[in-house]
Amino acid sequence: MRGTGPSFFGRLAERWADQILIWPAVLLLLAFSIFPTIASATLALSRLDLVPGGFTLGWVGLRNFERLLFGSRQDHLLGTMAPLGPLARGLWLLAALLVLAGLARFLWRGRGRPPLALLAGLLGRLLAAALFLALLALVLSTNARGGFPGSLVTTLVYVLGGVTIQFLLGLGLALLVARPIEGRRFFRVVFFLPLMVTPVGIAYAFRMLADTGKGPLAPIWRAFGLQEFAWAADPWAARIVVMIGDTWQWTPFVFLALLAALETQPKDQVEAARLDGAGPLQLFRFVTWPAIAPVAATVVLIRLIEAFKIVDLPNVLTNGGPGFATESLTLHAFIAWRTQDLGGSAAVGYILLFVAVVTCTSFLNLVAKGARGR
Amino acid sequence: MTAEAGLWKRLTTPRELGGMSPLGAFLTYLALGLWSFVCLFPLYWILITSFKLPLHVNDGPVYVPFVDFTPSLHAWEYIFVDLGNDTLRPYLNSVVVALASTALALLVGSLAAYALTRVRYRVSLAAVGLFLLLLAAVVVAVVLAGVPWWLAAAVALALLIFLLRALGQRFRRHLGNEDILFWMISNRILPPVVAVLPIYMMFQKLGLLDTHLALIVTYAAVNLPIVVWLMRDFFATIPYEIEESAQIDGAGRFRIVLTIVLPLARAGLAATFLLVLILAWNEYLLALFLSTAKAQTMPLLVAGQNATRGPQWWYMSVLIVLMVAPVVVLAIALQRFIARGFLVGAVKG
Repeated sequence: MRGTGPSFFGRLAERWADQILIWPAVLLLLAFSIFPTIASATLALSRLDLVPGGFTLGWVGLRNFERLLFGSRQDHLLGTMAPLGPLARGLWLLAALLVLAGLARFLWRGRGRPPLALLAGLLGRLLAAALFLALLALVLSTNARGGFPGSLVTTLVYVLGGVTIQFLLGLGLALLVARPIEGRRFFRVVFFLPLMVTPVGIAYAFRMLADTGKGPLAPIWRAFGLQEFAWAADPWAARIVVMIGDTWQWTPFVFLALLAALETQPKDQVEAARLDGAGPLQLFRFVTWPAIAPVAATVVLIRLIEAFKIVDLPNVLTNGGPGFATESLTLHAFIAWRTQDLGGSAAVGYILLFVAVVTCTSFLNLVAKGARGR
Repeated sequence: MTAEAGLWKRLTTPRELGGMSPLGAFLTYLALGLWSFVCLFPLYWILITSFKLPLHVNDGPVYVPFVDFTPSLHAWEYIFVDLGNDTLRPYLNSVVVALASTALALLVGSLAAYALTRVRYRVSLAAVGLFLLLLAAVVVAVVLAGVPWWLAAAVALALLIFLLRALGQRFRRHLGNEDILFWMISNRILPPVVAVLPIYMMFQKLGLLDTHLALIVTYAAVNLPIVVWLMRDFFATIPYEIEESAQIDGAGRFRIVLTIVLPLARAGLAATFLLVLILAWNEYLLALFLSTAKAQTMPLLVAGQNATRGPQWWYMSVLIVLMVAPVVVLAIALQRFIARGFLVGAVKG
C-alpha cells in the first residue's frame, strides 16, 4: 500500500473491506456457536454405540429427553418428587393467581395494540408463565418431606439464590462506599480482588476455610461442639458452601457496577430531596433507586446469564456430592459425557439452554425493559 | 435520662448537611471493614498455607507465621524443584493460550465492532433462514446418515447459492446492524457445555485435540461476544469526522482502522484485553474437554490435585498462589482499567 499505489491485493482488499471486517467474527461464531448448537441438538436425539474401532450414532428421537424428564434418569435431573403439604400448595396457588393476574393485566393494557404483536407477547408470556409455575411446583415438591432435588433444582437454587444474595450484598456495599467516606480507593481495590481469582482456586480455598476440624474457624466450631459436623455430607450445607464461594466471587461485580452508577448520579438531585426533608429511605426509594435501576437490571441480566453456567465450584468443592446434591446442570452433563452417555449429556445441555434462554429473555422483556423506562 | 437522650441525639445527627452522624460513620466503616476482611482472608489463608508444614495443617489451625508457626519453603521446593516441568508446562500453556486467544478475540472482535458502527449491513432474512435450514440438514446427514462431510457441505453450498438466486429477490425482510449486534452478543447465553461436545468431535476429526490451537480458537470464539459488545461502545464514542477527512485524503478503510481508529480506542482495547485475558486465564470447563495432557492448563492442574493423593493443602496452595498472584498484581495495578472493561456495558444499561 506504500509507494506508487495500492497493489492488486491491496485494491481487492479495499473493495471488499466492509465484508472482510465482519466475516471473521461471523465465521468464528458460526463454527463455534451456531454449528455446535445444531450438532448438539442432533446428538441429543441420538444414542452413542461403541463398535470395534470407534462409535456410531443411532437416531432415538426424544428418548433421551423422555428418560431424563419421565424415565430412569428423572431422579437425577428433576429429583424425587413428594406430595405437597398444605403450605406449599397454598404458596403455589398464590403464585399461579399472581401470574394469571399479570397475564390479564397484559391483555387489558394491550387492547389497542396490533393483534400480531399482542399474540407474540402473549405467547412469550405464556411460555414464561408455564415454565415458571412448573419449576416452582418442582422446587416445592422436591423439597417437601420425602423428596430430593435433582440437578435442575440445584441449578435454580444456585442461580436465583446466588444472584439475589449477590445483588443485595453488592447494592448494600455500593451504597455504603458511595457515602462521603475516607479510603474509597482502598475499598474499591480490595472489594474487586475476588473477581480475579480462578474459581477452581476459590473452591479449594473454601474447602479449607469450611473445614470444621482444621480450618481457621475450627475454634468457633469447637465452641459450639460441631467440630465433627461434616457439611460435605449434608445436602443443604454443601449447597450453601457452594453458594458462599460463588457469592464471594461475584458480589464485587454487582458492587462495582452499582457504585459506578451511583457516582454518576447528579449530586444536586440528592441535595434538593434532602432539603425537602426526605428521610434516607424515601431518598433511596424515590431518588437513588430510579437513577440506578437501569444499571441494576443489566447487572442482574449479566449475572443470570453467567450463573447458569456454574460448574467449577461444585465440581471441585464437593465433587457434586453428597450423591448428586450439589451437581449443577453443566456438571451433570459433564458427568454423563464421561460415562459415555453422549446423547444424555447433550440432552441435559439442551434443557439447560432452554431454561437459561427462557429465564433470561423473560427477565429482559418483563423486568429490564421496564426498568430502563422503555 | 436526659443525658442519655442528648448523647443519642449527638450520635445520630450529622455534623453537617449531607454528612454522616458519628454512629452512622462508625457502622459504615465497621461494615466495610468486615467485608474487606471477608475479601482478603481467603487469599491470606491460601498464602500462609503454602508456607505450612503438613503438621501445621493437620494439628488444627495456626494463623500467623513466625508467631504461631515457623514458615517453611518445603511445598514451594516440591512444586518447583521436584515437580519442575510438571508445573512449568501447564503454566506456560496457560500463558500461551490466554495471551493468544485474547489477541485473536480482540482483533476479530474489534474489527467487527468497528464495522458495525460504521458500515450499514443488510442481511436478507430469507438467506439466514435458508442457511440455517441447510446447515441443520448437513449436520443431520453427516452425523446420523454417515454422509462424508465434504460432500454434504458441497451439496448444501450449491443448493444455497441456487436457491438464493432463485428466491432471493422475492423476500424483502432484512436484518440490520442492531440485529447482527444482538445476535453476536446473545451467543454469550449459550452454555459452553452445549457447544463443547460438537467442538470436541470437530477437533477430534481434525486431530487437534489437546493442542494449543484448539484452546486458542475456542476461547477466542467464546469471548468474542464480550469484545464486540464492549468495543462497539468505545468505537461509538469516536467522532466520525476524523475518519471522513482521512477518507477524503484517499486513505483506504484498513489504513483508517489501523492508523486512526484503533489508536484512538486504545483505552478501550486495553480494558477489554485485560478482562478477556483474565476470563481466558481462569477458564476451566472447555479446557477440561479439549486438553488432557500436553496442552493442560493451570486450572486443570489445580483441580486435578484432589484426585491424586487426597487433599495436600500445602502443595495446592502453592499452585493457587502461582495462578492468582499475577492477576491480583494486575488487578491492583490496573484496577480502574479492568473494572472499566467489566462495567462499560453494564453501566450503559
